[in-house]
Amino acid sequence: MKDAWHSLTEFTPARIAQGRAGFSLPTEAILEFQLAHAAARDAVQQNWQVEQFNQSLIASGFETIQLNTLVSNRVQYLQRPDLGRQLDQSSKDLLQSYSDSNYDLVMIVSNGLSSLAIDQHGLNLLKSIDLAFQNSPLKLAPICLVANARVALADEIGSLLGAKSAVILVGERPGLSVADSIGAYLTYAPKLGNTDAERNCISNIHSPDGLSYSLAAQKLAYLTSQARLKGYSGVLLKDDDVSSTYIQQNFA
Amino acid sequence: MIYTAFIKGKNYRFPDLATLLAKASPRRSADELAGIAAESELERAVAQKILADVPLQHFLDQPLIAPEVDEVSKLILEQHDAQAFTAIQSLTVGEFREWLLAGEHDLSAMAFAFTPEMVAAVSKIMRNQELIAVASRCQVISQFRNTIGLPGRLSTRLQPNHPTDNPRAIAASILDGLLYGSGDAVIGINPATDNLDNVHTLLNLLDEVINQHQIPTQSCVLSHVTTSMELMQRGAPIDLVFQSIAGTEAANRSFGIDLAMLAEAKAMAEDLGRGSVGQQVMYFETGQGSALSANAHHGIDAQTCEARAYAVARAFSPLLVNSVVGFIGPEYLYDAKQIIRAGLEDHFCGKLLGLPMGCDICYTNHAEADQNDMDNLLTLLGVAGCNYIMGIPGSDDIMLAYQSTSFHDALYLRQLLNLRPAPEFEAWLNKMGIFNGHNCLANDQSKQRFLNQFKSLPQF
Repeated sequence: MKDAWHSLTEFTPARIAQGRAGFSLPTEAILEFQLAHAAARDAVQQNWQVEQFNQSLIASGFETIQLNTLVSNRVQYLQRPDLGRQLDQSSKDLLQSYSDSNYDLVMIVSNGLSSLAIDQHGLNLLKSIDLAFQNSPLKLAPICLVANARVALADEIGSLLGAKSAVILVGERPGLSVADSIGAYLTYAPKLGNTDAERNCISNIHSPDGLSYSLAAQKLAYLTSQARLKGYSGVLLKDDDVSSTYIQQNFA
Repeated sequence: MIYTAFIKGKNYRFPDLATLLAKASPRRSADELAGIAAESELERAVAQKILADVPLQHFLDQPLIAPEVDEVSKLILEQHDAQAFTAIQSLTVGEFREWLLAGEHDLSAMAFAFTPEMVAAVSKIMRNQELIAVASRCQVISQFRNTIGLPGRLSTRLQPNHPTDNPRAIAASILDGLLYGSGDAVIGINPATDNLDNVHTLLNLLDEVINQHQIPTQSCVLSHVTTSMELMQRGAPIDLVFQSIAGTEAANRSFGIDLAMLAEAKAMAEDLGRGSVGQQVMYFETGQGSALSANAHHGIDAQTCEARAYAVARAFSPLLVNSVVGFIGPEYLYDAKQIIRAGLEDHFCGKLLGLPMGCDICYTNHAEADQNDMDNLLTLLGVAGCNYIMGIPGSDDIMLAYQSTSFHDALYLRQLLNLRPAPEFEAWLNKMGIFNGHNCLANDQSKQRFLNQFKSLPQF
């Protein structure tokens, strides 16, 4: 039996008002939970068809560079975060050939822990970001695609390109309710050894229940311009933008 | 100092205390990733044997990181109660284990005689049942608007997160939690964004809920300490200041904090004077592997680094401290066996060091663990006297994408072990018709009045 306040489930995807059997959950709720866990476990293991994604970007007019980390397979990716933070030699050489281009910003895309997230939302998110930067004077590098990366790989890519800022869009680990969420991390003056305190994170980008593409793009544009203005990113760079807060989306 | 032994026809040599501690640590992927773990089961067992013979005095004489370059090391030495230490000064790690198990000593009076390294070391040669039994003898009580940690009590943090911080969605999860008797440790939201306006909105929502229904509990939005400080200056209603902390200065720097910053935030929150029965205003979270993840572990194993974080915590007399044990992922704690062991170690070390320890009993979907494993750790920590656990609708955090314990899980422990909520909160639950006066949920009819009242919030 579900709870008397079950009507509130219209406001949230959280598992509220599920009712109970004694102290525990009703049978249906337990089985639904196990189904969701099984799906999330499978989603973690899914490989990324990076060439297919690359073609979709090119078809939409984006210029891209394909890179590789030192990770050789998905199991190793999960166990060796250090390898996901390093480029292989040919990728380094490739980036060095772009190093006098004076880029202001490089966007990096990786499947991270959810290939599904990038396949579902990557292209649309990039289009929104492109739009948000349309009137900006910033010089953008080609979009770097790299499978099985960790967030800190952005430091190496950014510094090899000599870019002033780096943003990495990465698939977040699948949860039970959402298996296709993207996180975006901004680092100003990227270089090897940057700490997490020097990054700004925009998380939970997915549709329809997460942060929308356009608000995520706006927020990213805002933080990028603030970082350039102040000369730093991270915990000291506060998101004080009243125009693009979630409140807009939450009460829309 | 070099530690050596000749065992089973072979010479073993460990060049310093940090290496010995790492090699003696029960197996976990974090130490393997760092390249400091024992290379065989035999090497681990040998290291444990040698560690048992190390005098406790060595941990004072040989700081794992020099206090000149690490403010956490400096803090550990400054905190040390040399007077109380005289009672155990002559003991080795192995003798210390027996001293703890003898059950003859008041452990709370000894909290500052112990250093993090001493309790980490002894935990490495203790079995799970011993970690549980000794921790169960440590009572640590803390107060803000209620009293947490009394014997026979179990509190819960109501965690109503939402992927876009939608106030109405969060309010719905809060109502669900309260109607299941959850929320006496804190009603604590992890915000999806640290946007100042957004965090301020959530703080106002929590303040309104607590005030309108006169709930004897406290609120927290778990944003960065600098965000809380900025918002206190803007007049936001902040009960508890949250921060993630770690066991080395460099790891804390990677979190964007230092001890002075925490002290400043604590003073600001105390000045607000928002507590009623107490003024313990700090809430800390920790987890094994965080120092390694920040590349700031100085060759020290994950569990010892974690215990060092508790030295940071206890310098600020916190209301709540919990390890978020399985959150960090399989690169650090590979499977349920490692998560369960780490959860017991963290609770044990924290309690011995005098902290009001709770635990976020949790796992991610890329770890080799499931909800049955969490049931095991939940039961073990219930027996160990853990101060509080998390309460999340259906165990599923829809924003942080991991699984923890649910409102139902708390009911399970309450019924099984006869554990009651904090007394002020229990009285409120009974008064509101949510509990039936016997530590059990009342029937739906008796909850209707509160339900109607709550639904009058502007969010609905």
